Amino acid sequence: MLPDANSSNTPVSSGLKVAALVSVGQHPKSGRPRRADQDARAVEMGIRLCGEHLSLVHAGPEGKGDIREQALRQYLGMGIKGLTILHQQEGSDALPALASHFKDQGADIILAGMRAESGEASGMLPYLLADRLGWPIVSSVADIISINENDAEILQALPRGQRRKLRVSVPFVATVDQAAQIPRQIAFGPSQRGHLKGQESIDEIDQVKSDWEETPARKRPKRLNIKKAKSAADRFKAATAKPQGEGGKIMKDESSQEKAQAILDLLVSEGIVK
Amino acid sequence: MSDVIRRDPRAERIARNRLHPLHQSLVGAATEQRGPTGLLRKDPRAGYFMGPNGLRRIDRSGASHPGAATRVQRGTGGGVSTEPTLPLHQVENPDNFIVCVLDMVGGRLTSHDKDVLGQAHILAKSSAQTTAVTAVVFGDHREEALDKAGVDRLIHFENSDANHYQGYCPEQKLAALQSVESQLAPGHWLFPDSIHGGADLGCRLAARIGERPANHAWQVDSENTICRGGSDRIDIKRQTPRILLLAEECAMPIDETRHEVLALDVEHLVTPDQHIQDLGAVDVDPSQIPLAEAEFILSAGNGVKDWDQFHDVASTLGATEGASRVAVDDGFMPRFRQVGATGIWVTARVYVAVGISGAIQHLQGIGQCEKVVAINTDPGCDMVKRADLTVIGKSQDILAELLRLYKERQSGVSDDSATLSDKTESDESVEDQNKEARRVA
Repeated sequence: MLPDANSSNTPVSSGLKVAALVSVGQHPKSGRPRRADQDARAVEMGIRLCGEHLSLVHAGPEGKGDIREQALRQYLGMGIKGLTILHQQEGSDALPALASHFKDQGADIILAGMRAESGEASGMLPYLLADRLGWPIVSSVADIISINENDAEILQALPRGQRRKLRVSVPFVATVDQAAQIPRQIAFGPSQRGHLKGQESIDEIDQVKSDWEETPARKRPKRLNIKKAKSAADRFKAATAKPQGEGGKIMKDESSQEKAQAILDLLVSEGIVK
Repeated sequence: MSDVIRRDPRAERIARNRLHPLHQSLVGAATEQRGPTGLLRKDPRAGYFMGPNGLRRIDRSGASHPGAATRVQRGTGGGVSTEPTLPLHQVENPDNFIVCVLDMVGGRLTSHDKDVLGQAHILAKSSAQTTAVTAVVFGDHREEALDKAGVDRLIHFENSDANHYQGYCPEQKLAALQSVESQLAPGHWLFPDSIHGGADLGCRLAARIGERPANHAWQVDSENTICRGGSDRIDIKRQTPRILLLAEECAMPIDETRHEVLALDVEHLVTPDQHIQDLGAVDVDPSQIPLAEAEFILSAGNGVKDWDQFHDVASTLGATEGASRVAVDDGFMPRFRQVGATGIWVTARVYVAVGISGAIQHLQGIGQCEKVVAINTDPGCDMVKRADLTVIGKSQDILAELLRLYKERQSGVSDDSATLSDKTESDESVEDQNKEARRVA
């Protein structure tokens, strides 16, 4: 994990409203419902920004007392009093419900995971929501450094553990990925005491999706390293060729200064040392 | 190998036989050229020799040409000339376009980009219309093999004053793609579903133009697409949509044809939003980067005696520290630093192994590293066989020397970098400057 010297006391103006979108996750091996990992990281980031004033929104079936409700209650177990559920049937499109919710209620920052853990998991919802609301969206946010009424400074996660600093105008949508702070543990008591606020909302069946065929994931074939050779001699050469990388440069009798220089030259040529 | 020049009867026979498929590669096409009207022209003055009766004779065997005159030396060269030119795939007056937006990490095609182009050609082949595979490239690039990767048309958005495509600028790129959409109306948009920006840009475009994309698509034809669903637990079969975000290894890259790479000009019609501003890369403490992701690892084994010096070198060079199992078992390094089969499988670009002999479990763990440097006293150990650069000697001396050379280099370089960073950070507060030394992107 990266240090978050700034995040523990990020100055949030009292007027700013932060919301997090939460979904019912799925354990990657057992498939059992749970809090989605990335959504939980988004909630964690929201709690660090504004404590228990963070509002949680979920769009989905009502499901009183079932295993889905228990999964949603896990978010409440992180220390939030209530969660808004926009009631929908199974297989409905969450976008119109969420868009109208945020148009009515308003928010300044919407946090979400990068992609869901079940179903299509296209990761499109934050983008579509941002487009509907006309807000900018920033993907794979690792940390929010500072916020004021006009803009926020954000740390974006890049491959290889690198970070980039961005300035984005408020309001905005941010998606959170694995690089963000690990979500806090769930406390059972608060999770059961927390309040699930049901709300009627727009219910549009996702027609396109109902035509799709879903099957358990097939193992993808590994790509074989096929050598295309025109002649028998080439094929023979390809089959008997020794793997590359055998026998690098060996420095034995040089002075230790020359040896160190060779290492430094390699680091420079690889762009490690600037 | 002896340097005796030997006759190669086979090459001579091919040189005499103009119908032989390898004839051109041996002879060269100097005497036969296409004229401006497209007719085949022979240059009678080019290849002649004096006949026995004093007359000029056109040499049809090709023996007087430089291509054939250099007798093939067996053992040193091999029979056939270097690289056969691949056939050129031409698309004239395309009715339809398949647009691939490439990542171009570091200005070069990634293997993922090549797979995407290969997929584009599969779709183009099955299309009824004449389809040109079009690549979109932002900013400067250093790729020279775009033709061999399968690019028929190239839309290159170059950096200008109005549009600058360096760093993170999804809004500008989106505006450029919208211009492409309105002018070409491509049949398909293909994006690599990657963390290098392809997925982000694809989702943005799909949301903006109101198309429903197929994400994580791994098997695509003109009719159906199979996508991987959440947690990699389901496959979704659906009709192939216009926008596709393709997984890695979705199709084989192009390797048997060359392509034209003709430039297509697209005007900027859409003005980008101005909500997101890139403030540049932030220096990250290398010891905090997860070992599996780290780019540069300095790893210690049994041969390291001076541990303070090792830590000093790692922090000075900005390396993430790793260790072999022995170093961890002896208590010199924490368990989460262990590299190898029982520890962490690393993907570093440069891996420096100090005093590690290279047990097979360790070599497995560094299998994906690009460059390996070994510092060791034993020239016969297994790490030496794996390493690209091996330095035999006491690690203490070599690390001390490396540290000294690095510091010398930095003190020479630091004046330049200070002026550079002043320029970029002129509008930043002094506090920020003290907090982070920012790299110039």
